[in-house]
Amino acid sequence: MKLGNAKLEEKVVFFFLFLSTLMIVVPVVLVIAVIISRGSSVLNWEFLTAMPRSGMRAGGIFPAIVGTFYLVAGTLIFALPIGIFSAIYLSEYSKRNLLTRIIELAIVNLAGVPSVVYGLFGLGLFVVFLKFGASILAGSLTLAVMVLPVIITASREALQSVPKTFREVSYSLGATKWQTIRHAVLPHALPGILTGAILSLSRAAGETAPILFTVAAFYLPRLPKSVFDQAMALPYHLYVLSTQVPNVRLELQYGTALVLVGLIVGANLIAVVIRSYFRAKKQW
Amino acid sequence: MRKYYEFVVEGLIFISGIASIIFVLLIFIFLLKEGLMLFRQVGVFEFLFGEHWYPISEPPRLGILPLILGSLWVTFGATVISVPIGVACAIYIGEIAPGWLREILKAGVELLAAIPSIVLGFIGLVTLVPLVKKIFHLPTGLTALSGSIMLAFMAMPTIVSIMEDALNAVPRGYREGSVAMGATKWQTIRRIVLPSASSGIIAAVMLGIGRVIGETMAVMMITGNAAMIPKSFFQPVRTMTATIAAEMGETVQGSDHYFALFAIGIVLFAITFVVNLFADMSLHQKQARV
Repeated sequence: MKLGNAKLEEKVVFFFLFLSTLMIVVPVVLVIAVIISRGSSVLNWEFLTAMPRSGMRAGGIFPAIVGTFYLVAGTLIFALPIGIFSAIYLSEYSKRNLLTRIIELAIVNLAGVPSVVYGLFGLGLFVVFLKFGASILAGSLTLAVMVLPVIITASREALQSVPKTFREVSYSLGATKWQTIRHAVLPHALPGILTGAILSLSRAAGETAPILFTVAAFYLPRLPKSVFDQAMALPYHLYVLSTQVPNVRLELQYGTALVLVGLIVGANLIAVVIRSYFRAKKQW
Repeated sequence: MRKYYEFVVEGLIFISGIASIIFVLLIFIFLLKEGLMLFRQVGVFEFLFGEHWYPISEPPRLGILPLILGSLWVTFGATVISVPIGVACAIYIGEIAPGWLREILKAGVELLAAIPSIVLGFIGLVTLVPLVKKIFHLPTGLTALSGSIMLAFMAMPTIVSIMEDALNAVPRGYREGSVAMGATKWQTIRRIVLPSASSGIIAAVMLGIGRVIGETMAVMMITGNAAMIPKSFFQPVRTMTATIAAEMGETVQGSDHYFALFAIGIVLFAITFVVNLFADMSLHQKQARV
């Protein structure tokens, strides 16, 4: 009898746990389905390649796409070298000491700083203090600091999963420490590092708050000419369309959301493919 | 020559290694640099506990109590909703779901984490807000309740993925020992697995809360942004993050309003710093024990 009760209790509990899981997963599927079904009605060649017209109530979103592309590229240019080198330091050089612990805490903290605070930081340091003005340069630098923890964490994990013996063989052949890292460790960690880079890319593409005061232009129907120009960006454009401009067709907003989500989910899928491809190829 | 090259490379590696510390310090310094200017005009106490936020009245009144309370209300609401659901989901995915289902559910949760907050805010604005308005017969659906639901949704991926890691870290032998004694799977989870993973679960909840406090765009779009001291979940509220994002574009550089927004940034930075510190400490405590 007692055992029967326990079994019954288990069934009930598991049912509710399953229900809770559905409460997360079903809305996600619905959100994606709504964006696709309503966004795809405006999605055509003109929407992707034309300038916005009539106060952004018609036309395309081309400058926002280009702006996001520039921002993401700029972010990676700054964040990748620092992030990978930082991961190399943590994985290959650092010892278990106070400095390492403080670095780890700093990384955790960078990951937890609210995105709008990054915006303030970028405004204070890059826009005002270094006098870059609201520009692609200032925005990219701000986003680069923001995605740094993502790249460091992913790269560090990738480096640490390379077996110790690889390093030992390289040393035994007379290689120096840097030669070992460069030729025996880094190549094997590359897929993991690439995954981290793609994840940070999609994070940088989707963030709005850090670019609000550092780069974003409300309406700029031309392409930026230099890194000191302002630019439009997809997330900010969606924000403007849905809250700042009256009487915008909902379909245009869904379309913009679809392009943004499509880019990000696409990037994430590529990361998954890379990961599984190299996991299958891995020989150790 | 080679020696020199290596020396330079290793120097760069070391500098990059401590770059994270440098950036945290830089963020802190630049928030302080602008934010502290405010306190030449306004007292700290008046700023933190002033009940009126009228930044553009003459003279401006810069009390952020309504904003702090707005953030707290929305965070509290989101925590109440997201923690039970998130924890339950993590248990289901980590312990109960069969392999194929687990992968699908995990992909769903990860997909949620990948959707930008601006997109969720937009969807919330056109679906959730009218729904809340209709169900509760309110004059507006832009309320603390809508914000809490939205934020709960955004905190769940953090809670689920970190808690699932914590569950995975519980040694298999613990479960096998319990089942061998005749316990059911649920008894094992409740009495053995969850207690062993407790510090990881606490960290997961803390990081989820950290995410909620810092969330900006979605919350700005659907909480209504009225800077009043909140009295119920069915009223519009304004959070600290939304205030910075909404008003920074309209301030004059060097005005008290401008400095006040940076000062709010200091408060936010301090709160998330403490939250993350606690989360990290409870994660490390687990590592030390096992």
